[in-house]
Amino acid sequence: MLNLRLYLVQRMSAMIMAPLVLGHIVVMIYANRGGLSTGEILGRTQGSVFWATYYGVFVAVVSLHAAIGLRVILAETTGLKGPALGVFTWGFCLATLLLGGHAVWAVVAP
Amino acid sequence: MRSVPKHLEVSIWRGDSAGGYFEDFQVPAQKNQTILDVVSWIQQNEDATLSYRYACRVGMCGSCAMMVNGVPRWTCRTHVNKAMKGNRLEVAPLRNMPVIKDLATDMDVFFDKWVKAEGVHHPSKTREDVIEPITGDNIERAKANAGIECINCAVCYAACDTVRGNPNYLGPAALQRAWTVYNDVKDAGKRAVLAAVSGRDGCHNCHTQGSCTLYCPNDLDPMGAIAGLKRATIAAAFKKEVG
Ligand code: SF4
Ligand code: SF4
Ligand code: FES
Repeated sequence: MLNLRLYLVQRMSAMIMAPLVLGHIVVMIYANRGGLSTGEILGRTQGSVFWATYYGVFVAVVSLHAAIGLRVILAETTGLKGPALGVFTWGFCLATLLLGGHAVWAVVAP
Repeated sequence: MRSVPKHLEVSIWRGDSAGGYFEDFQVPAQKNQTILDVVSWIQQNEDATLSYRYACRVGMCGSCAMMVNGVPRWTCRTHVNKAMKGNRLEVAPLRNMPVIKDLATDMDVFFDKWVKAEGVHHPSKTREDVIEPITGDNIERAKANAGIECINCAVCYAACDTVRGNPNYLGPAALQRAWTVYNDVKDAGKRAVLAAVSGRDGCHNCHTQGSCTLYCPNDLDPMGAIAGLKRATIAAAFKKEVG
């Protein structure tokens, strides 16, 4: 189920994700309390290389982290293994990457 | 004072790998009595065909472990009073292992995994070399010493839910032995050990919940040993020695 490589990817993605999640929460609170409108928020994110990188990296590490975590749960609860488990893991990773990437693009596209 | 019942109500699992059932027996209660005494009494007085395994009867050989009221235990060193629920005892073959007959399990898979985990000695010297003294204050030796009292009883292996979920998982005892060998200053197979425990069914599957450490009758800490292996494999991966 989990070899050394997958284990490392999962731990390292968690380490990258943790500060990004905290940063995201802080920004959300700031934006809400400051009373920023959707238009004002989009005004700051559209065309911003910083926010594109911030949420782009976030989506990438979440996709890896979630896919590996679900892989373990699925393998241990249903006994799924072999190529099917790999197809599920990387299929889920790709789907999250596409959906998340699409969402990021929607707020940062100039 | 609690009145001591004259008899214990004992259910013993009968069957083989194809299936089985619990058979009930009444066993005379004694003041001092181990689970193994109860099983032996049944075999000697009620049903000579009852199969079970033991050898030393003093907690040395690791052959007598069974599930007692749902908990894995070394039966020769477990007093009836400690394991009893009310007046009842339920004795079943050790979990996570195929049954040969009744209470005797096939432990081959368990021992094969010790070898798969490279829990074997890799000599670093020949018989011609002088014996190198290792003193007690050696840090590696202290780490190795922590696991050497393992009696291969498979209690930890039976307690491990990760083995339950993935029968190929190397399991706490084999991984603890791998950690012991890894810390043996006289062992020349450190890389081989790390490679062996880094695969799909290796130490990285451990959930660190500690059933193994909780139930080990010798108070060993396989969970801690596995955590050590995880750290060592990560350090080796960054140095590109494994992975
Ligand atoms: S700590 Fe690890 S080896 Fe021990 S019982 Fe839990 S999963 Fe198994
Ligand atoms: S670690 Fe403990 S429970 Fe596991 S086999 Fe060794 S002595 Fe038995
Ligand atoms: S009979 Fe040897 S450990 Fe129990």
